[in-house]
Amino acid sequence: MAEQIIPQGAERVPTVIAEDVHIVYRVYGGNTGRGSATAALNRIVRRQPSAGAREVHAVKGVSFTAYRGQAIGLIGSNGSGKSTLLKAIAGLLPTERGKVYTDGQPSLLGVNAALMNDLTGEKNVMLGGLAMGMSREQIRERYQDIVDFSGINEKGDFITLPMRTYSSGMAARLRFSIAAAKDHDVLMIDEALATGDRAFQKRSEERIRELRKEAGTVFLVSHNNKSIRDTCDRVLWLERGELLMDGPTDEVVRAYEKETAR
Amino acid sequence: MSTVSETTHDSAVALTVPSSPDDGLPAAELARKYGLAVSGARPSLAEYARQLWERRHFIVAFSRAKLTAQYSQAKLGQVWQVATPLLNAVVYYFIFGVMMDQKRSLPTNTYIPFLVTGVFVFTFTQSSAMAGVRAIAGNLGLVRALHFPRAALPISFALQQLQQLLYSMVVLALVLVACGHMPSMAWLMIVPVLALQFLFNTGLALILARAGSKTPDLAQLLPFLLRTWMYASGVMYSLVDNLKRTHASQWVIDLLGANPAAVYIDLMRYALIDDYGAKHLPPHVWLLAVGWAVVIGVGGFVYFWKAEEKYGRG
Repeated sequence: MAEQIIPQGAERVPTVIAEDVHIVYRVYGGNTGRGSATAALNRIVRRQPSAGAREVHAVKGVSFTAYRGQAIGLIGSNGSGKSTLLKAIAGLLPTERGKVYTDGQPSLLGVNAALMNDLTGEKNVMLGGLAMGMSREQIRERYQDIVDFSGINEKGDFITLPMRTYSSGMAARLRFSIAAAKDHDVLMIDEALATGDRAFQKRSEERIRELRKEAGTVFLVSHNNKSIRDTCDRVLWLERGELLMDGPTDEVVRAYEKETAR
Repeated sequence: MSTVSETTHDSAVALTVPSSPDDGLPAAELARKYGLAVSGARPSLAEYARQLWERRHFIVAFSRAKLTAQYSQAKLGQVWQVATPLLNAVVYYFIFGVMMDQKRSLPTNTYIPFLVTGVFVFTFTQSSAMAGVRAIAGNLGLVRALHFPRAALPISFALQQLQQLLYSMVVLALVLVACGHMPSMAWLMIVPVLALQFLFNTGLALILARAGSKTPDLAQLLPFLLRTWMYASGVMYSLVDNLKRTHASQWVIDLLGANPAAVYIDLMRYALIDDYGAKHLPPHVWLLAVGWAVVIGVGGFVYFWKAEEKYGRG
């Protein structure tokens, strides 16, 4: 009897657990001291490598648990620590305190992640797939889908040109298409959708829904509340590195909009 | 299970399930229960080697793609694969063969292949080192975008240099024949020599990749170190003969002769050039060749793996 009433929520399998995560950036060269070669040498001789290094406490004690099948939006003003938190989840930034546990290897997809600019789009699809651990057959199977999804060839045969000839939107679309071709356990998207046109955004939202169905967890950073509403069922609101709110999309986005409208 | 069903409605369940057997479980235990691992942790050495083996197709494809992309902006394109080593050899011949007259100890038709072999074999190690130091630092975009064992990058760059060397070997074969050194069975010896040198280069690239990712300044310093190494390796002149002429003590000769670049260069010359006899080789030459390859190759891999979780951070 229990089976029919238990929806997806009953067997909740955590995929990402963040426990009191603190992240501190150490920024070098942000000092106001003299920037000459002799000053630099002086610092090295006196063994003060951290002279002028400043600490930025970007994330302050964030805890949450993400479950399989969730799409989680991250909102907050610029510099609130959203991207930093994603990098820590992906294992690309060490935590100062606290721990992040993940199921498998989370993949972070950012706007700035360049692939190989001197190679053609075609080669990038192949190499990106191989690097993610797909086999040649799998890539060959999905190649056409990836190219169609990216919409690179809509305006001519661009896929056989080197990626350095692409516009920034085209490059971002191709990167997203490559990364989304694989079924990730945890996929994190950092504003990557903002670069595409409306048709591409629609396709991406659909793909995110598919990824969730394939028992994955998707994180989405966006300043576009509409795309958060369209794709996410849970939202984390970060402000000044602290988790301000964590709950269903409608509730949190409404509170956020109320706050930012003032 | 049935406790859950009473309070669940069908929509907002995923967020507001009130009681679950996992509630109140500390994060570490919850993580253990569902088999979650600390993000960005380094796998064991055996596991790392296995992951790397899984990416072998990526390593090969990446090295080929880089090789073809190298001259993609040049009008002559792939012709430069062969033209670059040839021009290098011509320049060195002009300086060391003609202007400084290093060839007096060897007949001209021996000196030219002697020089060309030295230049090509040393360039193989030199460019592997240069590619290695920038393997991580120069591919941060890729490192931060996709997950794969980072050792794939330096290995791939070393492999690219091996393929580049194979083009050079074609030039070298032509030079040899033009100087009257006909192909013989001894030429087959270059296969194990190249394999050992490739292993050595890969280890060197791995070591430099780790060092270069932490200290990018190394990329500025390395060309000077490599040039010094080149002059100490007897690329343009017979190192041992020159040292003997200056009455250097035996331990200096042995020490410089045991330098890996000199070992691989001399073995290659011994294999390819008829009248370059065994008297030019340092003692225990094969032992040295294998030893350098294994120590640097394996050591470099372990050294690189030790910092696996740190690449691309910060």
